[in-house]
Amino acid sequence: MNRLLLLGDEAIAQAAIDAGLSGMYAYPGTPSTEIMEYIQASAVAAERRIHREWSANEKTAMEAALGMSYTGKRAMVAMKHVGLNVASDSFINSAMTGVNGGLIVVSADDPSMHSSQNEQDSRFYGKFALIPCFEPSSQQEAYTMTFDAFELSEKYRIPVLMRITTRLAHSRASVERVKYPVPQKELKLPDDPVQFVLLPALARKKYRKLLSAYDSLKYDIRISKYNTFTDSKRRELGIITCGIAWNYLMENLSEAETDLPVLKICAYPFPADLIKEIVNRCSEILILEEGYPIIEEGVRGILDNGAKILGRLDGTVPRDGELNPAIVAKALGMPVSHGKNVPEVVKMRPPSFCKGCGHSDTFNALIEAIKPWGQGRIFSDIGCYTLGALPPYNSINSCVDMGASVTMAIGAADAGLVPSVAVIGDSTFTHSGMTGLLDAVSKNSPVTVIISDNLTTGMTGGQKSEGTGKLEQICSGLGVERNHIRTITPLRKNHEENVRIMKEEIEYMGVSVIVSSRECIQTASRRKKTGASNE
Amino acid sequence: MKNDIILAGVGGQGILSIAAAIGLAALENDLYFKQSEVHGMSQRGGDVYSHFRLSDKPVLSDLIPHGRANLIISVEPMESLRYLPWLSKHGWLVTNSNPYNNINDYPPVEEIISEIKKIKNHRIIDAEAIAKEAGSLKAVNMVMLGAASHYIDLNFSSLENSARSLFRNKGEEIIEINLKALRAGRDA
Repeated sequence: MNRLLLLGDEAIAQAAIDAGLSGMYAYPGTPSTEIMEYIQASAVAAERRIHREWSANEKTAMEAALGMSYTGKRAMVAMKHVGLNVASDSFINSAMTGVNGGLIVVSADDPSMHSSQNEQDSRFYGKFALIPCFEPSSQQEAYTMTFDAFELSEKYRIPVLMRITTRLAHSRASVERVKYPVPQKELKLPDDPVQFVLLPALARKKYRKLLSAYDSLKYDIRISKYNTFTDSKRRELGIITCGIAWNYLMENLSEAETDLPVLKICAYPFPADLIKEIVNRCSEILILEEGYPIIEEGVRGILDNGAKILGRLDGTVPRDGELNPAIVAKALGMPVSHGKNVPEVVKMRPPSFCKGCGHSDTFNALIEAIKPWGQGRIFSDIGCYTLGALPPYNSINSCVDMGASVTMAIGAADAGLVPSVAVIGDSTFTHSGMTGLLDAVSKNSPVTVIISDNLTTGMTGGQKSEGTGKLEQICSGLGVERNHIRTITPLRKNHEENVRIMKEEIEYMGVSVIVSSRECIQTASRRKKTGASNE
Repeated sequence: MKNDIILAGVGGQGILSIAAAIGLAALENDLYFKQSEVHGMSQRGGDVYSHFRLSDKPVLSDLIPHGRANLIISVEPMESLRYLPWLSKHGWLVTNSNPYNNINDYPPVEEIISEIKKIKNHRIIDAEAIAKEAGSLKAVNMVMLGAASHYIDLNFSSLENSARSLFRNKGEEIIEINLKALRAGRDA
């Protein structure tokens, strides 16, 4: 079958397979997780022996992908937007080294923060690193673009950033596949043996080369089929859109059976002369961007005294949050339809721990154990256990970035908040908690780190966790004293004992680790299930 | 032809399977569609929804504009009301009557039902009883799809084909249960 029913994420994954991918690297993160999952489940990927294992974090994933590219093979790395912060060191330097085999970096942004800590816009990273960026507006475009991104990457020997947002990542549509997939590349080392060596003397040359190549790259992007200007007879308002904002615009225009001059931007650096063209032709310009007002800031400039610009910066479009058809209709001055209001009887239904979840038993024990010292000293992290912030637990005081529980507890203890406790998941611990624990060991901080170990990366749907079965060994290797590494099983029947063990370690004036270990209820039931599933 | 459908329920109730079934049927009939869904945090017992847009012309927005949905299919009664801002004046609301109570302040069911009855075009189905009768409580989602099938411009046989292919890896017995549930929902 040449038409497939695919999520935006899956369209990119299928395209990468069809475009001759040899290595896929990723750390799970909503809304990007399904890219790797699709490639892992693909029979063609297995047949082609595409490397497709999860990495410990986004930085190791990015670096491994760069290593794959070094050998001349095509590689892809995928992450959620905040994952690109973690991978940013290698991402930015990969523009300096350039690539050998084509390299695509997919970053899935989450405007409106459906499942994230912020709504940062990955396009900024493209500009920052001088890396071209593609932003598909549909599943089919995501599929096609992936081929072109590999081509562009190999033509300019630079990574290509592919930016998507939640609504495309998690929206399904039918996608037409190419008839003839691209064969995988042979192993062929870079012609220049020091291409990947960023010694200052070499790096200065490479940077100048990157800067001069940027001009021809801009030209390629300018003439790209992904940047299109569609004129109309009307001159009172012109629209600049990017990515899926175009869908919301066209929904409204087609509903109203009208048209306007529209510049659709799906490839960056954005095409300055096309922007000038539409601005010159229209009395007002509305800029619709899913994410930060990046194009808008560029068009306004510092003086902002040219054409009349409407967008997120003047309040025509809300400054934060994702777009939708209604927001765009309002910005266009069109009537906004609305059904009935939600009746008062409807209550909030926030996410909660699954029934029988080990995290809840861990929190129940910790809440009791910490009571003598009072509240305000539990630093936590990113995962299902962050739900410990909600009633009835109301027990964690921080959730900032992957691994920050351990290091914030250290800082707070330095300031005299003793004891300080960190609660971190097993996968988050191996992602970015281990280095923090080494800091704690180095200065013998009076902190207790509770690793709430569910033997999986739970929140994103149960992917492999790098530390499973090795957590005690890792902590011991980092220098935590063996008799202060305790393992407990978070079950109601063990409550009294678990409280006692936690108390003992919290009282200890050095580094202690409690591995509170019980399999995720979701993965456990999936594993045991042999029969039906309606999920 | 244009069907804008909102699927509603609680994480774990199988609304994505309903979406997948409609999607496969749409594919079989060469129709255009986009189906937006929610993954990640809210799947842990929170409210989940999916926007399904089916048309004989290319679909633009992945999201249904407010006030434009023709149909709400809900596997849970309170959840059916959460999406009223999207329902058009002439739209249908088809919901399961059995509450999924995982919160402290879940309202009395009668209040919910009386709100549902204020919607001109509504159907309230005891999907649990029907699913049980068909052979598995888990087939509640297929019962709801069957009950809502009258308001979707797809042949019922296409939906049956989707159910077959959705459950093809689960064995004949599960396929039969789900087909039975789908048909019983249609006849409810």
